[in-house]
Formats: sequence, C-alpha cells, structure tokens
Amino acid sequence: MRTLLSGVWPWYVAGPLIGLIVPLLLVVGGKVFGISSNLRHLCAALPLPDAAKPAFLRYNWRRTGAWNLVFALGIVVGGWLATATLGVPDVGSHLSEATRADLGALGLTSLSGYAPAELFSWHALGAPAGLVMVVLGGFLVGFGARWAGGCTSGHAISGLAALQLPSLVAVIGFFAGGLLITHLVYPVLLPALLGAGS
Amino acid sequence: MSEPAAVLDYECVDTEQVPAGVREEAHSAASTGQAMLAYFAAGVLLGVLFMRSEVASWFRIQEMFRFQSMHMYGVIGSAVVVAALSLLLIRRLQVRTLHGEPIELTPKMWGTGPVRGARYWLGGSMFGLGWALIGACPGPMFALIGSGLGVMAVGVLAAMAGTWTYGLVQRFLPH
Repeated sequence: MRTLLSGVWPWYVAGPLIGLIVPLLLVVGGKVFGISSNLRHLCAALPLPDAAKPAFLRYNWRRTGAWNLVFALGIVVGGWLATATLGVPDVGSHLSEATRADLGALGLTSLSGYAPAELFSWHALGAPAGLVMVVLGGFLVGFGARWAGGCTSGHAISGLAALQLPSLVAVIGFFAGGLLITHLVYPVLLPALLGAGS
Repeated sequence: MSEPAAVLDYECVDTEQVPAGVREEAHSAASTGQAMLAYFAAGVLLGVLFMRSEVASWFRIQEMFRFQSMHMYGVIGSAVVVAALSLLLIRRLQVRTLHGEPIELTPKMWGTGPVRGARYWLGGSMFGLGWALIGACPGPMFALIGSGLGVMAVGVLAAMAGTWTYGLVQRFLPH
C-alpha cells in the first residue's frame, strides 16, 4: 500500500479529485476555485497605510478573501503532509525518457526532487540562476495572473469547465508563453545559467 | 475613475447579496467556522494531490511544454471534465449551497479595450512565461513551500510584487 501511495498518483486519480474541488467550494459557500487571487489578498492584507497601496489593493480582503487564504493555508499544509508521510518522490525517474534526455542536454545533471537544485535553492538565489527562475518567474506569474484575471485554477480549470471563452484565450496565452520559454529561451538560457553556477 | 479589475475579477464579486433571513443563518459564527474548516480541508487535499501527482514539479511542467508525456494533460483535462460535469449537475438540479443560497457563476467578461480579449492574450502569455520559468503556478507554489522547498516562499513574494506592480500600472494596460 505504502509503495503504491509513494509512487506517482496517476492522472486519472489526481485529475478527477482536483476537479471535484470546484463543486465542493461552490456547495460549501458559493466560492469559485481560483488560487492566484490570494496573491492580491496577501498584498491587501499587508499592514501598511492605505495611502501606500494602489487602489487595486484597497478593499475588504477579509470579506472577499478570508476563505481563500484559509484554502491556500490548507494547500501549504497539504504540501507538508504529502512529503512528511510519503517522502519526496524521485520525479526524475518517473519522467519520460525524452524529457530526461532533453534536460540532460541542457546541462541539468541531477533530476531529483521536485525542482532542479542547481536552479532552485538558497544558494542559487544569490546567483543569476535563482534570480531569473524564482524571482523573475514569480514576478511574471503574479503580474500575468492578475492581468489575465486568473491562473491555472481560475482559468484552465474553473473557467474552461464553465465553458468561458475568455478563459480559453487565457489558457492559449499560458501555453504560448510557456512554449516560448521552453523551446526558444531555455536552449540558450539554461546552459548559460548552469555554466555560470558551477 | 472606473475600477476595471474589481468588476472583472469574478473571484472578488460580492457573493453575500442574499435575503436577510438566509444571511443571518449563513453568517452565524458556527457555520462560518465549519465552512472555513471545509475550505482548509479542501486545501489540504489539493496540496496532497499537487505533490503526489507531481504536477508541482518543475520537471513535469517541462515534460508538459515539450509534449513528451500525457500526464499533465491527463490531470488538467480530467479535472476540467469532472468540474464541467459537476457544474452541469449543479445547474440542472439547481443545487444550492449548504446555507441555501443559490449558486451563481459570474461569466468572465471580455473587457473594456478596443481589442477583444487583450487582457487574456497578453496577461495569459505573461503568466505562461513565468509558469515555465518557476515551473509552478500559484497553487503548487504554496504546496512546495509546505514540502520544505523554502525558496518557493521567495517565489510567492516575487509573485506578490508582480501583483502589486500590476495594481500600480493597471490603468495603462489594455484590458
């Protein structure tokens, strides 16, 4: 049982369960599944005078966002629970052969854990690698999600499930950006970052 | 000045416009506490699913953007199908919330600018650039912090900075 649980949970188990979160939130309190709003709620909740915040961040975050922040806290705890009980999976060994070969060719030597340690570690954060991947990546995620009015949960899951055309446009945008980085930027960027870090 | 995002972000639409009688019941401290517990539990479940299905992994995101496995497409696709069927049922059966409020989904609006869907094309693409770099969308970022990948907390702070910056320049951007 434990071996079964500590392997990759197949998509046909994880996907439908993730999908059920949508009706669950609606039935409990009429809430719409969308996680990136929490980034806005967190900004709005910062203990700063109103004058220091743009109008976009001056609203009653407790009323509109408390439920979602509690939900996000649950996600953090879930992330802890999943790895504390079943360990960190060897994701690299579960990947397709083609992906392993591609990433190896780009200079990634270790494919263990959830993210490559050469790029995602406190050590890398002080180097160009961490600044580009974590800081720039995070910034674009936050800016883009609010501009588009949602992220993978709000658009790709909630929006597509409700047959919202704007959400389909947003999801096409998500892929346009992701494909550009993966196929045009990474072939140049990753070898440079990994070379500079070693 | 108009405040486009407040109108367009349908997550932030006021859902508390319900009849007074229902409202009193819905907002009693006990039921609010129970609902919060349910949101927390749903979050825990989602966090576990993100980690055990490995969709929170930068490697899996790369595999997806390289079209080298159907795993991510299976997860997202089956989640959408199950969510869509659930919404269909909720609509057909006119399911209400546990507090008896009607369930209403506000449609996503196209926006106010001259180019239809500009905010979705542009904002979506920008999100995609970030998604491929950090290898996680906001949900998995939260889950990864819990798993002990501390640098993801910096990723969330950077994402908050991005959100804040959007708030500052929002009125200059096409929507």
